Amino acid sequence: MLDIRNLVKHFGPLVAVDGVSFTVPRGEVLGFLGPNGAGKSTTMKMIAGFVAPTAGTAVVCGNDILEQPLAAKRHLGYLPEGAPAYPDMAVADFLGFVAAIRGLRGAERKSALARIIEMMRIGEVLDQPIETLSKGFQRRVGVAQALLHDPPVLILDEPTDGLDPNQKHEMRSIIHTMQPDKAIVISTHLLEEVEAVCSRAIIIARGRILADGAPSELAARSPRHNAARLTVTAAAEARIRAELARLPGVASVEKVDASDATALLVYPRDQRPIAAEIAEFVREQGPGVTEWHVEQGRLEDVFRAITTPAAEPAEAEPVRAAA
Amino acid sequence: MRNTAIIFRRELSGYFATPLAYVFIVIFLVLAGVLTFFVGNFFERGQADLQSFFSFHPWLYLVLIPALSMRLWAEERRSGTIELFLTLPIRLSEAVLGKFLAAWCFAGIALALTFPFWITVNVLGEPDNGVILASYIGSWLMAGAILAVGATLSALTKNQVIAFVITAAAAFVLTVAGSPVVLELVRGWAPEGLIRAVATASLFHHFTTITRGVLDLRDIVYFVSIIAAFLAANALLIDLKKAD
Repeated sequence: MLDIRNLVKHFGPLVAVDGVSFTVPRGEVLGFLGPNGAGKSTTMKMIAGFVAPTAGTAVVCGNDILEQPLAAKRHLGYLPEGAPAYPDMAVADFLGFVAAIRGLRGAERKSALARIIEMMRIGEVLDQPIETLSKGFQRRVGVAQALLHDPPVLILDEPTDGLDPNQKHEMRSIIHTMQPDKAIVISTHLLEEVEAVCSRAIIIARGRILADGAPSELAARSPRHNAARLTVTAAAEARIRAELARLPGVASVEKVDASDATALLVYPRDQRPIAAEIAEFVREQGPGVTEWHVEQGRLEDVFRAITTPAAEPAEAEPVRAAA
Repeated sequence: MRNTAIIFRRELSGYFATPLAYVFIVIFLVLAGVLTFFVGNFFERGQADLQSFFSFHPWLYLVLIPALSMRLWAEERRSGTIELFLTLPIRLSEAVLGKFLAAWCFAGIALALTFPFWITVNVLGEPDNGVILASYIGSWLMAGAILAVGATLSALTKNQVIAFVITAAAAFVLTVAGSPVVLELVRGWAPEGLIRAVATASLFHHFTTITRGVLDLRDIVYFVSIIAAFLAANALLIDLKKAD
């Protein structure tokens, strides 16, 4: 549905996007991750036909954005960064304008507007000028504008920015319900969001794709993947640490946090699952271990390891305690 | 064309969504009245025409039309809506034309609201209404030309004040180029051909020709070409610089 072919964008000497390619089939929610200035927004602007690529192109439902821009734009719903909308216009007038441009008329227009107003819960602010709305409502009006014509391809640049936790949750369930029959790309700073809504994540930095996979696959690259986290009593801490380190499957034992001796991270050898071994150990220890679980790995660690090359050795290779 | 109409309607209603429209119209009418009656000696002239009314239009437009045109693109840039607007399935030409026509139509509304002058002069005497109609058309065309210049300059910046100032400056140059003062000034040293070229390139020259009651095709072509040329430049600038 969405085919990104080797997009390149130079701003003068600056290379903002450097050969980004990916395809998004129907039913996929692609999370576009990256530090600020990584090229996320520029890539999305190129897909939406706002910024002309230096090289490469994007194809939306078979329509090349450079050769058939109107057809491509018709199949696309786009929420620009910051959810801009005409500040003086009332919400209803603004959506009416977008509906008209999208060619919705008569009953079709009425039902599309009713559907989107209900979906985005913006019924109560329809007559208010957009500039008087809270940030959360402004964002929802922006998303409403992008979804109005029920496009098969959706590009949302930070759809949950400015929303409170309840609204974030709502927006994510909306994205979930749309997932089966659309190709969706969202950009976000929030790693939890990627884990919550995305079926695939792309990490981009300095204009290049550095990682591409399901969020759980990416998280598995974390050094903490399959590590066991134990909370122990202060009295038993030293002894348990020593005994843990002697277990055959354990590579190292570390404090999670230097100031708190009671939380331990147990790294297995070669990231192999060690749940069974630890379970056995915990049973033997009795009351010395108050709580434990196996870590899935944190996307955040992977994100930082990938996007900050200078910090990579320290981040990727935890300092090992004596084994 | 349908999209142009939709954009036109949104833009035009946009003027009336803020106090801008009302402030503009009131100031325009008050200034037109003051200039006509006090500076233009409407009554003392003792002639049943609107010459003293129309003769001030170039100077009035110099200040007021840039105030209309400054927001056209600069505001879209400032608020970021240009990204929303230009990623809708519309052609750039439709966007440029819809915006321009809305501003021009608004200027037409303001101009039409000066009808009490026309009534006054008809009550007081028997003016040549053909000349008055031609003058109204000429005035509206001149407003359109300055608007087209302003729309183009507004596309260059996200700062409305800058757009206003450079448009006023450009309109000033375009207007005074043909005014008697400037022509007298250069007559002493410039070759006659140059003087005529400068004079005929000016808005003032073509407007005064029309207000004398001669609605010449050449003057209409002149204004329409200025509008077309600047709107083409407008579209080009937006295309090149839309994301800056």
